[in-house]
Amino acid sequence: MAGLAVKAHELIKWFGEGEAKTYAVRGVSFEADFGEMFYIEGPSGSGKTTLLSLISGILRPNSGSVLVDDKDIWSMTSDQLADFRLNKVGFVFQDFHLFPRLTTAENVAIPLILKRRDWNESMNSAMEYLEIVGIKDRANLPPVKLSGGEQQRVAIARAIASSPDILIFDEPTASLDGDTGRRIVEFVKHNVLNEMRCIIIVTHDSRIFEYADRIMKMEDGRILGIEKGGPHEE
Amino acid sequence: MKGILKIAYKLLVNDKGKFAALLMGITFAVFLMIMMTSLFAGILHRSSATVLNVGAKIWVMDPAVNTAVNSIPMPDYVLDAVRSINGVNYAVPLYSGGALVKLRSGVYQSVTVLGLDDSSLFGRPELIEGKIDDIYAENAFVVVKDAEFPKLENPRIGTEFEINDHRGVIVGIARVTTSGLFGVPTLYTTYNRAITYIPSSRFTDAFILVDPKSNDAVPYIKQQVANLGYLALTKDEFIEKTSTFYKYKTGLGTNVLIMTVISFIVGLSISGQTFYTFILENLEKFGALKAIGAKGKELIFMILFQATFTALTGYGLGIGFASLLITIAKLRLPDYAALITYGNLGMALVMVVIIAGISSYIGVRKVLKIEPFDIFRG
Ligand SMILES: Nc1ncnc2c1ncn2[C@@H]1O[C@H](COP(=O)(O)OP(=O)(O)O)[C@@H](O)[C@H]1O
Ligand SMILES: [Mg+2]
Repeated sequence: MAGLAVKAHELIKWFGEGEAKTYAVRGVSFEADFGEMFYIEGPSGSGKTTLLSLISGILRPNSGSVLVDDKDIWSMTSDQLADFRLNKVGFVFQDFHLFPRLTTAENVAIPLILKRRDWNESMNSAMEYLEIVGIKDRANLPPVKLSGGEQQRVAIARAIASSPDILIFDEPTASLDGDTGRRIVEFVKHNVLNEMRCIIIVTHDSRIFEYADRIMKMEDGRILGIEKGGPHEE
Repeated sequence: MKGILKIAYKLLVNDKGKFAALLMGITFAVFLMIMMTSLFAGILHRSSATVLNVGAKIWVMDPAVNTAVNSIPMPDYVLDAVRSINGVNYAVPLYSGGALVKLRSGVYQSVTVLGLDDSSLFGRPELIEGKIDDIYAENAFVVVKDAEFPKLENPRIGTEFEINDHRGVIVGIARVTTSGLFGVPTLYTTYNRAITYIPSSRFTDAFILVDPKSNDAVPYIKQQVANLGYLALTKDEFIEKTSTFYKYKTGLGTNVLIMTVISFIVGLSISGQTFYTFILENLEKFGALKAIGAKGKELIFMILFQATFTALTGYGLGIGFASLLITIAKLRLPDYAALITYGNLGMALVMVVIIAGISSYIGVRKVLKIEPFDIFRG
């Protein structure tokens, strides 16, 4: 492993007040490293998505801290947080959230454009990322013309276009058929993961556990334990 | 920022159906506003035709007069009194009245007759045929060649007619800058002939036209005329008074105002509604942009750009259609009174900016409120 990527410390998050107050995350601490595929696994409603949002600068915890590069991201201003998400984190949303009115290449170029890269330069880089994920020939089509697996690849290309240190997937195989899902995650492990990058995947799809380095089990907002992943886990 | 604007532009324009609906709303609103206000401006301009054409600097009239076409004659002593005011260079009477003309074909046609002061012919029109001095000849009249000219069966110099059982003959054909509103041809003659040929009330001075010695004398002249119990207005004041009359004291102005407000509301609701739907449909995407790392002000910028772009495009199209229609209408109907003024354009622009402002305010509020977490959870 090539060092600490994220350190979560005693994260607590609840929703609602009074009677309606529900705890989604109840004091979670863990560390994820560069160069690893770190899975978060657990039943629906166990707080996985909430935890993912806390560590990626999307949702503010009620208490606890998230250290990235030795800085607590939750002590930043909202503009600094936006910059943090733009430069350090890549998101692959569960239902992709691609822009139907833009071409595939333009979708991929968005993080670069937000980084104020020149339009043509951004489009050229987008083409390179589309080539990495193997769908360069779809560059000028709108995403709706693509299959689910291809859309997933566009979302991955967009997430890695900003060269993030931390790449975040929420249920990457949920909207894909089994085989496509496996192939995508295998692809991510072999082509997107590197020693400078930490990939955090939320899933309860056991068919992709073989690509995990570590699997953190959650239930009811708590960590049950962390296991080693790989082909022979169970 | 340029790239961000390009993205905003593509999100807007590539959604062809919605973009078309947005443009239609604004274009329609602008078109209606421009049409209504231009028509009104045209009518106001025409309603001051006599004031503009005669060109006197100061007009003295009965205080109850609203427009140059509905005069209330003043007794003769007023003219002498005005002439003796300090600062008056000269003052002449103007006769203005209606008469019935029997054309050679036997057809009767009503006309407006303007009688010019015999010695100075002050306020005379520019002749395109004939000599102005011929107006002193027996039974002489000068006819104005405007949109109403054909109603006199296109007279030429020497054409004869009957006016209130007197003989009349055309000695000149004149051109004026502004034609009147009421669809009646205009004849010029001398003051004295006008009052002898046309049955009048006891008083005959419809207006007194005054030339001041200098502009500084104007307030004093106005004051002195007021002391006589009459009203002296500068040319611009008289035009203003005429406009005010049509704007506020006739149903015309109120109707135009109502139509303008309605077109504004229609435009606002169509475009506001469509823009709101546009934002709602893209709300998730804006949320995703936020999650990816777009800052609040960048999203605001995108929305403002989209609203402004749509508004200005619709504004241009609306003006284009309105000018096109007015031009075509003027070709078909020479009498069509519509005038696109900078005031109208400015007012429509202000309304469009308000429409865009309200629409983007709603959009911005929505977009700033979305939590990227909600997008993330799906
Ligand atoms: N915005 C919210 N308001 C109220 N409760 C929420 C909200 N988001 C999540 N929760 C609750 O928090 C718990 C954890 O949710 P989530 O993190 O989405 O779980 P998972 O991703 O493991 O399915 C659930 O009980 C859910 O109902
Ligand atoms: Mg979830």
